[in-house]
Amino acid sequence: MNPSPSAKASSTKMEWLAGVVQAGPIVLGYIPIGLAFGVLAQKAGISVLNTLLMSLLVYAGSSQLIAVGLFASRSPALSVVLTTFVVNLRHVLLSAALSPFLERWRKREIAAFAYQLTDETFAVHAARFASGTPSKAEILTTNVTAQTAWVFGSWLGVVVGQSISDVKPLALDYVLPAMFIALMVLQTQDCVQVGVALATGALSVGLLLMGVGQWNVIAATLIGATIGVMFEAFEIWIKKRSC
Amino acid sequence: MDQKTILLTILGMALVTYIPRLLPVWVLASKSLPQPVVAWLRYVPVAVLAAMLFPAIVVQDDQVDLGLSNLFLWAAFPTLLVAWKTRSLLGSVIVGAVVVAVARYMFGL
Repeated sequence: MNPSPSAKASSTKMEWLAGVVQAGPIVLGYIPIGLAFGVLAQKAGISVLNTLLMSLLVYAGSSQLIAVGLFASRSPALSVVLTTFVVNLRHVLLSAALSPFLERWRKREIAAFAYQLTDETFAVHAARFASGTPSKAEILTTNVTAQTAWVFGSWLGVVVGQSISDVKPLALDYVLPAMFIALMVLQTQDCVQVGVALATGALSVGLLLMGVGQWNVIAATLIGATIGVMFEAFEIWIKKRSC
Repeated sequence: MDQKTILLTILGMALVTYIPRLLPVWVLASKSLPQPVVAWLRYVPVAVLAAMLFPAIVVQDDQVDLGLSNLFLWAAFPTLLVAWKTRSLLGSVIVGAVVVAVARYMFGL
């Protein structure tokens, strides 16, 4: 049975609405953090256009805040891009985890979906896919709504930033460390990961003090993740032997 | 840095951010990555966040500072607690920033 055109149109409208509603909690989070990004970008001397372009084209909160810090400290462009790559490499996991649900999507729909995949939209989509088969319209509307909030927050930050002389009394310089802490806690599922976090963090500090510059993050991450895998393999080996 | 260089850097950032988002969902469909790669990738998020966080809260003026005046370090504990208990990104960020702002106001740090 084919639904009539008008019934189809109104069901699509409902799907859009559901998509916007799903994005609600994300919007509440993205506007204030986007605002902090906008203020800091303005203070770092990044133009309004470049600030908004970063939120439109890169659309990855922690890496954008890091980039602003690196621009402010006059780091070379290559190190900004490499740091961004490492920081955002975690999206591989999110993308891989959702891939089974997108089997029937067209390639260009997948391309659009992947462009707006973030930690937060991932969390919402993973829950939605687990509880049924949401429509493409709903999923993509959630994504577009979330990024709109992010770009809007960034713009608001640029505007507000012009009347803020110092970010320190508002502790906007603590938004990024606090975000790292929260994201780290949210990503941690077991004790090995806690160990990896502590080892990698200590290694990163050690490398920085040895004077490797910004490379400490990349080097420590590669070594830290490898330590985790080796420990995991060792654990499995021990279990096999004891049986 | 001039705005043109910043723009080019942003384009580079956009490219290296999009590829890891797109590739798995584009090529995998119902296939999956080799097991060792999956195991390794599972540690990348925690590792990279720790690698960025620790220097930000422990190092002050090119030295390890675990003293009482290192506000960023001590504010990490309430932030961690809120993140662990509420699992809310925004809630943790607000608590962390408020703790730092209030401490700065009260102790003039």
